[in-house]
Amino acid sequence: MKTLQNFTKGLIKENPVLVLVLGTCPTLATSTGVLNALGMGAAATIVLICSNIVISALRKVIPDKVRIPCYIVLIAGFVTMVQMLVKAFAPALDQSLGIYLPLIVVNCIILGRAEMFANKNKVFDSAIDALGMGLGFTLALFCMATIRETFGNGTFCGMAIPVLADNRISILTMAPGGFLIFGLLMAAMNKFAKHKPRKKDFGCEGCPQAASCGKTSCGEEKSEEAQTND
Amino acid sequence: MTKLIIILLSAVFINNYVLSRFLGICPFLGVSKKLGSATGMSLAVIFVMLMATAVTYPLQIFLLDPNGLGYLQTIVFILVIAALVQLVEIILKRYVPSLHKSLGVYLPLITTNCAVLGVTILNIDEGYTFAEAMINSLGSGLGFFLAMVMFSGVRSTMEGTNVPKSFQGLPITLIAAAITSLSFLGFGGVIENLFA
Repeated sequence: MKTLQNFTKGLIKENPVLVLVLGTCPTLATSTGVLNALGMGAAATIVLICSNIVISALRKVIPDKVRIPCYIVLIAGFVTMVQMLVKAFAPALDQSLGIYLPLIVVNCIILGRAEMFANKNKVFDSAIDALGMGLGFTLALFCMATIRETFGNGTFCGMAIPVLADNRISILTMAPGGFLIFGLLMAAMNKFAKHKPRKKDFGCEGCPQAASCGKTSCGEEKSEEAQTND
Repeated sequence: MTKLIIILLSAVFINNYVLSRFLGICPFLGVSKKLGSATGMSLAVIFVMLMATAVTYPLQIFLLDPNGLGYLQTIVFILVIAALVQLVEIILKRYVPSLHKSLGVYLPLITTNCAVLGVTILNIDEGYTFAEAMINSLGSGLGFFLAMVMFSGVRSTMEGTNVPKSFQGLPITLIAAAITSLSFLGFGGVIENLFA
C-alpha cells in the first residue's frame, strides 16, 4: 500500500512541476513540441531513477557535510551517460534538446528528491519514488506541450491537425506562451485540486531558495496572499 | 569589434537568458520580490558567470579537447562552478566582508543556477574565441540583471492588486512574466539590422 502511495503521489498530489514548482526551466523550454517533451521527460526520469537508487544505497557512506557535492558528481555522471546514449541512438532528439540535455544536472527535481527522499529511505522505496516523480514530470511536460503544439503550431507529434494548422496562435510556441500556459495550468491545478498541499508540508530541503529566504519552513513564503493580507 | 558588440547586445536583449532561453527561472521567480535582493542576486550571477567562463573555457580548450575527454564536459564544468562559488565565498568573507554581507546569501544558490552552467556550455558550443566568450558571459549576466530588475518592479506593482483566488501566488507571477517576456520579443531582428 505504502509502495503504491510512494508511486502515485508524484503524479498529481505532489507533482514536481505543478505543485512543488521544481525544474521550471526545462519545463518551459522543452514543451514547445510533444516529442521534445517526452524525450526530455524520459531522459530526466532515467537520471532521476539511477541517482535516487545510488544515493539511497550510499546514504550511510556519504558524510553529511559533503553530501551535496557528492550528489552533484553522481548526478553529473548519470547525465553524461544519458547524453552519450541520446547522441548515439537519437541524434535528432539531441539536436532539438540541445543545451537542456546537459542542464539536467542542475534540474532541481533531481537534487530535490535526493535531499527530500533518497537520503532517508530504502533503495526500493527511493526507486519507486523516483519513477513516480519522473512520470509526474513527464506528465506535466506532456500536458503543456500538447497545448502549446496543438494551438501554437497546429500539429500533434508533427502531424498536422486540419483546422488548427491554418489558424495558428504562434505566440504559444514562443517564450511568452510558455510562461502563460504554465501560469494557466497552475491556476487550474489550484482550482480543481481538492487537497491543496502547501509548501511547508515538504520542508525546505528541496527549495533552491532556502538559503536566501532564511526561514526554516517554506509555508508562508510561497503564498503571497499571506503577504498581501498583512 | 562589431562582432563583439553584436554578441553583447544580442545576449542582453534578444537571447535574454531568462525571458527567451528559460535559463535561471528559479531565482527569477524566487528572488525577484524585492528590488534589493534582485540586484544582489544578479550581481552575484554576473560575477560568477565571468569567473566560471574564465576558468572553464581554457580548461575545455587546453585540457579536455586535446586529450579527447570532451565528454567529461558536464562533470568538469559543474565541479568547477561549485568549487569556484565556494572559493569566491571564502575570499569575499575574508577580504571584502561588506560585499560578502550583501552577496553572501545568494552565492550558494548559484551552483544550481542553470544560467551559469548554461553560459559556460553555450560558449563552447557556439565556438566562440576567448574574448567573445567573456563578452557573451558579461552580456548574459547583464541580461539576467535587466530581467530581474524589471520584473521586481512589475511584482511590486502587483503586490497591492486583487487577484482571483486560484491565480494567487505563482500563477499570476507567471502570467506577468509572460507579458514581460512579450516586451522582449520586440527586440528580435533589431541588432542584426543595426549593423548590416
